[in-house]
Amino acid sequence: MQISETYYPRSEGELAGLIADAVQKSVPLEISGARTKAAIGRPLQVGARVSTREMRGITLYEPSELVISARSGTALSEIEKLLAENNQELAFEPCALENAVEVQGGGEATIGGMIAANASGPRRILRGSGRDQLIGVRAVNGRGEAIKSGGRVMKNVTGYDIARALAGSWGTLAVMSEITLKVLPKAEETRTLICLNLTDEAAVSAMCRAMGSAYEVSGAVHLQRPFVERLTVPDVAALDQAVTALRIENFSTSVDYRIARLHQELKTFGTIYEMDNTRSHVFWQDVRKLQFLSGSNWPLWRITTVPDQGARLVSALSAQMGCRAVYDWAGGLIWLEVPPATDASATVLRRIAAEYQADALLVRASAAARASVGVFQPLPEVNMNLIRRLKEAFDPHRILNPGRMYAGI
Amino acid sequence: MSGIAVVEPKPEILSKRDKLLNGLKKLLPARAVVTDESGRRAFETDALTAYKCMPLAVVLPASTEEVSAVMRFCHFMKIRVVPRGAGTSLAGGALPSEDSVVLCLSRMNRVLETNFDSRYVRVEVGITNLGVSNAVSPMKFFYAPDPSSQLACTIGGNVAMNSGGAHCLKYGVTVNNVLGLKMVMMNGEVVEFGGPHVDPAGYDFLSLIVGSEGQFGIVTEATLRILRQAESARPVMIGFDSSEAAGACVAAIIGRGIVPVAIEFMDRPAIKVCEEFAHAGYPLDVEALLIIEVEGSPEEVAILLTQIEEIAADFGPKTVKVSQSEAESAAIWKGRKAAFGAIGRISDYYCMDGVIPLASLPKALASIADICAKHRLEVANIFHAGDGNLHPLILYNANDEEEKYRAESCGEEVLKLCVELGGCLTGEHGVGIEKRELMSVQFNSVDLTQQMRIKSVFDPDWLLNPGKVFPLKAQEAYLARAD
Repeated sequence: MQISETYYPRSEGELAGLIADAVQKSVPLEISGARTKAAIGRPLQVGARVSTREMRGITLYEPSELVISARSGTALSEIEKLLAENNQELAFEPCALENAVEVQGGGEATIGGMIAANASGPRRILRGSGRDQLIGVRAVNGRGEAIKSGGRVMKNVTGYDIARALAGSWGTLAVMSEITLKVLPKAEETRTLICLNLTDEAAVSAMCRAMGSAYEVSGAVHLQRPFVERLTVPDVAALDQAVTALRIENFSTSVDYRIARLHQELKTFGTIYEMDNTRSHVFWQDVRKLQFLSGSNWPLWRITTVPDQGARLVSALSAQMGCRAVYDWAGGLIWLEVPPATDASATVLRRIAAEYQADALLVRASAAARASVGVFQPLPEVNMNLIRRLKEAFDPHRILNPGRMYAGI
Repeated sequence: MSGIAVVEPKPEILSKRDKLLNGLKKLLPARAVVTDESGRRAFETDALTAYKCMPLAVVLPASTEEVSAVMRFCHFMKIRVVPRGAGTSLAGGALPSEDSVVLCLSRMNRVLETNFDSRYVRVEVGITNLGVSNAVSPMKFFYAPDPSSQLACTIGGNVAMNSGGAHCLKYGVTVNNVLGLKMVMMNGEVVEFGGPHVDPAGYDFLSLIVGSEGQFGIVTEATLRILRQAESARPVMIGFDSSEAAGACVAAIIGRGIVPVAIEFMDRPAIKVCEEFAHAGYPLDVEALLIIEVEGSPEEVAILLTQIEEIAADFGPKTVKVSQSEAESAAIWKGRKAAFGAIGRISDYYCMDGVIPLASLPKALASIADICAKHRLEVANIFHAGDGNLHPLILYNANDEEEKYRAESCGEEVLKLCVELGGCLTGEHGVGIEKRELMSVQFNSVDLTQQMRIKSVFDPDWLLNPGKVFPLKAQEAYLARAD
């Protein structure tokens, strides 16, 4: 299929018109924001592209109500800038997934793309994901109908929660036109404890111990040695040892106290280094931006699993292939680089992942590999049936990003 | 009673009652099928007691397999099924229809697995909300959502209604704390969503099922996030001469970057009743009372409370009282959590659950007072101020049909007001039968149709928890259209 055109609707009405038109002409559409994550997912066969990047602007911001709304094509950086001016932030710390792949669009990631990918950063373990902080959505479904769900208030159980169901749906159910998120105040101070040279097993156990403490650890990440030199904090990059980092954020007297207590709690894990506020910010920015994944073209998997099984899963995988891993979310999220292979090691990896109740997403691989082995975790038939039927309930003509998540959906 | 129409039973089901009951009795042990009138009577209503309807039968399965067997049978016979936990719904979410089988999960109340390293617990959903926290408290963990009914309400009900509670300002509501669910579909198929890990693959079915009011399937197991308890927690009570001052104080606290674990609000009538019940030391000479709780080490708590007191000073507080002991804190929360019960001792009430943007609080409270005065009814206001979730309790006499009708009309106006102000009909109680007809105030027909299409994904014959969530006419129109 030839891509005839790229459309940039400026309003929800225009967007609805375009989709209705595509339905009528049976033209499947690529749906995107700035196309920064276009290389993630199964390759699409579409007749035209629709980008939300001209639907932009912050439509509501009430700092004292912890709420912000923006049109879906608004650059994430614009939202974060405004929040920062008011000492607030997106608490899920959006993860720059696009940095793990070759950026295609050249533009800046949009808030719509971020929610469509539900890509959350390190603070997810304490504050929840983008989906958790999503409180309202306006969107256009695959029939060209404008729909809304949720709103601008924090608590809302009025009707089914369509808004959250659109998070992580990669533009395959509906095209979001406006997004409303809960925000939180920025912490006054951030500090980080770093354990050095731990085995994966010990690192996961240190991170689980920290998460089980009362000190509200807001980041727990472990980088195997090969990833450390890719960091931008010079003294950490120069360590040339595996790094296990634990973050505390709060007002400064509290951070003093909590860092001291956590230090105490982790003393059995060997030497502990401490990073001050400034370096902590740089370090966690690196983690959130996936700085450690840059500069490699090995296929990359994103695996979510039960935190205390993370290290065992990686060890089982290592027995089969020369892979390397970064653990986030205390072991619950694994970024796994595997040696180049035509199937991106999917067969072995998915078999082992299944033994550990893990879900694996193939983030970085050739288009051919993504088309042949699939990108998203295959699920049992009863779940796939529901996925098919949910797609049909939103997009019965399979107009929106068809096949991006699963073949035929 | 009056306002809300009941679901018409299907005559072909009623006429086959004996046959259907015999079928159920073959699937479950005798004691798990309740068919006699006095036994069924206990299930004819929930906490929206103004509405009652005797179901065809009640089943009390003890396992997912038994649930599956019942569902397969009901699906085959086209019998409606009404899921039920403890029956504490204030929205009539568990109200049976005359031709329905009530499927009550209270016997499925075991803790199946706890994992403190990975911080989750897997339970059967008939366990009470507090039962989950109690199961993990020896290790100093807890389950965060804390509806006032937590002593009685079940996790299954919490999942159905996406329940909140006073402490969800910090910790989120049920949907933010559920990691996985096991659900029996209407056709008896068992399906699992998510699990002990986060961000499960595929579409986010957890978001859809949590808050689906039992209309998608029978959830039998839940994997829940548990959290380590804070080292300590302490509330402060701050009384004001006006609700405007209290509302402005809340905005200022949050605006200053402090998000307490809970901020609760009571107006004068609510304070009086709760104080008489709990003897918590609530000030009786103020128009509005905030209960603000913060957590952390004792030193951290002291610092935060001082900051809050300083902020509050700008709004002319009449009284400021920091809890000085565990006992005092417990009494303060006892008064708040027992508020509905305490008011129930003096009058019947109709409990609203609307949400408003915090900035419109003074306007909302003034308008609520006007609306209630117009309907010649008294109101006590209790609410979660941090997130604008109002619980006006409209007092009325349930034995007076005319007054009941006025109370319902009054409630309807209050909820319309919440929507007009940019809020919503329900923050944590759910739509149920109670707010079903008001859904068209918040949603247009396209929105409602999209939601109903999702209902059909799970339950194409619309047998599960009938007559809830959508206006009856909209349901009929949708089913007649069937696209």
